[in-house]
Amino acid sequence: MAALDRPAVKARPVYLNLFAIRQPLPAIVSILHRISGALLFLIGIPLLLWVVQRSLGSPDAWAQMRATLAAPLAKLVLIVLAWAYFHHFIAGIRHLMMDLHWGMDLKSARQSSAVTIVLAVLLTLGVAVKLW
Amino acid sequence: MPKRVVVGAHYGWRDWLVQRVSAVVMALYTLLVLFLLLRSGGLDYDAWKATFGSELFRLASFVFMLSLLWHAWVGVRNIAMDYLKPVSLRLTFEVVVIVLLIGYIGWTIQVLWGGVAP
Repeated sequence: MAALDRPAVKARPVYLNLFAIRQPLPAIVSILHRISGALLFLIGIPLLLWVVQRSLGSPDAWAQMRATLAAPLAKLVLIVLAWAYFHHFIAGIRHLMMDLHWGMDLKSARQSSAVTIVLAVLLTLGVAVKLW
Repeated sequence: MPKRVVVGAHYGWRDWLVQRVSAVVMALYTLLVLFLLLRSGGLDYDAWKATFGSELFRLASFVFMLSLLWHAWVGVRNIAMDYLKPVSLRLTFEVVVIVLLIGYIGWTIQVLWGGVAP
């Protein structure tokens, strides 16, 4: 009986320190879903509107907008936002699948979490390669 | 009666449904744009301008933007409810977000219908 060998009182955390708890993969996907959503709201929406507005202005405005977005810092922002879009998109599809009770058991939930993280990163790398 | 605080909440399933329906609308629009980009073979000013010249595409874009802004509202409000505990702070933040989102609706209309007349 291995359980009896353990001390009766173990050192347990007395408060929830998020950085001391090892988060399971679905929890990481969940917080990244939130962070990516916040990024898309704060930067994504105004940038999208600005880009489309400039792009439809005139050939000059189009060229100017493309030159602005070609700056290294702008490319970095675009890559971060691309990741945010991919992650939010895939995690959202995962959410919808779970609403339909697909992949609800622990094993599938962990697998789909891993797929979400990896796929979003791979797609972002693809965008990054294309941008640079 | 439960104690209710002014937080803009509806205590119901509407936001849950809105979040999902708007997500599906945005996903479909994303696929549409991807398809159009692949068909025109990349980014080119004339093809881009012609795409937005279609009234149907402009309407689809408008529906996409409304879905996006409503989706953003539900998501941002969820974040606010989790992290901004003092009601006054949360209410102020939510009012700022609402004003911003309404402004974005105006900007969207301006972009889609403001400068496209030949």
